[in-house]
Amino acid sequence: MLQLQQVSKTYDNGKTALQDISFKVSKGDFVSIIGPSGAGKSTLLRTINQMIPVSDGQILFHEDDVTRANRKKLRTVRRRMGMIFQHYNLVTRMTAVENVLHGRLGYKSTISGVMGRYTEEEKKKAFELLGQVGLEEFVYTRCDQLSGGQKQRVGIARALMQEPELILCDEPIASLDPKSSKVVMDYLKSIAKDMGITCLVNLHQVDVAMDYSDRIIGVSGGKVLFDGPPSELTPEILSEIYKSEDLLV
Amino acid sequence: MATDIFKKRRIHMVLFFAVFTGLYVFFSQQLNFNSATAFTQIPSGFAWLGANFWPNYTTTAPEFLLNIIRVLLRTVIIAVASTTTASAFALIAAVFGSNKTGIHWTIKYIVRIIAMVFRNIPLIAWALILLFSFRQNEFTGFLALFFGTFGYLTRSFTEIIDESGDGVIEALKSTGATYFQIVFQGVFPMISSQLVSWVLFMIESNIRESALVGMLTGTGIGQMFNFFFSGFRYPMAGMVLLFIIITVIGLEMLSNKIRRLLL
Repeated sequence: MLQLQQVSKTYDNGKTALQDISFKVSKGDFVSIIGPSGAGKSTLLRTINQMIPVSDGQILFHEDDVTRANRKKLRTVRRRMGMIFQHYNLVTRMTAVENVLHGRLGYKSTISGVMGRYTEEEKKKAFELLGQVGLEEFVYTRCDQLSGGQKQRVGIARALMQEPELILCDEPIASLDPKSSKVVMDYLKSIAKDMGITCLVNLHQVDVAMDYSDRIIGVSGGKVLFDGPPSELTPEILSEIYKSEDLLV
Repeated sequence: MATDIFKKRRIHMVLFFAVFTGLYVFFSQQLNFNSATAFTQIPSGFAWLGANFWPNYTTTAPEFLLNIIRVLLRTVIIAVASTTTASAFALIAAVFGSNKTGIHWTIKYIVRIIAMVFRNIPLIAWALILLFSFRQNEFTGFLALFFGTFGYLTRSFTEIIDESGDGVIEALKSTGATYFQIVFQGVFPMISSQLVSWVLFMIESNIRESALVGMLTGTGIGQMFNFFFSGFRYPMAGMVLLFIIITVIGLEMLSNKIRRLLL
């Protein structure tokens, strides 16, 4: 469903973030992207929904080349891709359910989106999703009153509200304690397994990636150094991927 | 090394005070400003104020008091109307002028330059300039407050939007939200309490300023104060002043309460 072909990205300041990246992802896959800080993981994830435009290469989402989509096309592509962030990126002064409903903005006319008008089905769905992530008592709680783990679950519900085929997760557990991390990872895993939604997850924690992923992509210096199931990820390959970090320590 | 740093700090401190005192001494000499007599005259100045401006029995006539209230109310309403109108325009300008939500760099610069010009022309200058085109008229005061407020708030709002995290904008963009959906569903809710706080502050400050603007444009409570003041009817001018002070303090307390409720 998703295919990257020789994707490269060079920023305006001349820094190369991605070099010649190619891989394919199928429906329902749970894929982790690991690598040291500054390896280009975040950039890679953001090129897929074109939050960052690529310098070279193609990204095919089904049959569409995302890199050449015009604004209207891009909107229809983005709404089929959910995104989850390290810092949750919720509108903290709004309630949980309002934040979840933001997942529908990509489907609405500008004016009804601006006014925050949602249909009854959309509202019902938002309540259901918050129930699914175990937040039924917090539906009307303002998001600045929620804990980190709860905020991230609102983020997951917002992504699911888009009825996505793909969810991009940028360090979803980097700001969470171990217990909340497990809850969030379990949700993501079940999203991939039970709902057949592909998850592409940037992770800092190799052990978590090993436990949860069907497949791991190791990125270092903007290049793919490893692409395969967790069982094939040997300590040698790992130290190769994290080489630059070892030097720093 | 460590002792050097402490020594340096002490030298900096001494230097700072020396420069500060030096500047004061130098400039007061330039102006022939005698600090000793200036400060000793302050108490007698206030004593004179108290003796002459203190409201007395001539100022408690009900018609007179009602008249003050009527004029003051009108002035307050004009100040509030002017501030809120300016705030709305400033918010629109700030959205287009902010680095986060600006559409194009040319528009950003135009907005910033306009805001800078409006902000840096003093309110009193606005009032005097506008007096030529709009005459002695309440609308002149309205416009003077409007321009000053517009410039000031455009800058503040732009900074607030710039400081409100990119996170929300990125998140909504990734859902496929359009520009105006992001602004209304993401940016405005994030900055709403700060916006209200600024608008309240400007209302307070503009009510104070409106007295001064009114003196220049010959309208409202400012004109009333000026009328008694230039007619040497100091107790009456003092009564007008007292009403202004009470109103301003009252409004400040009210807006503090509103702020706390919104937090």
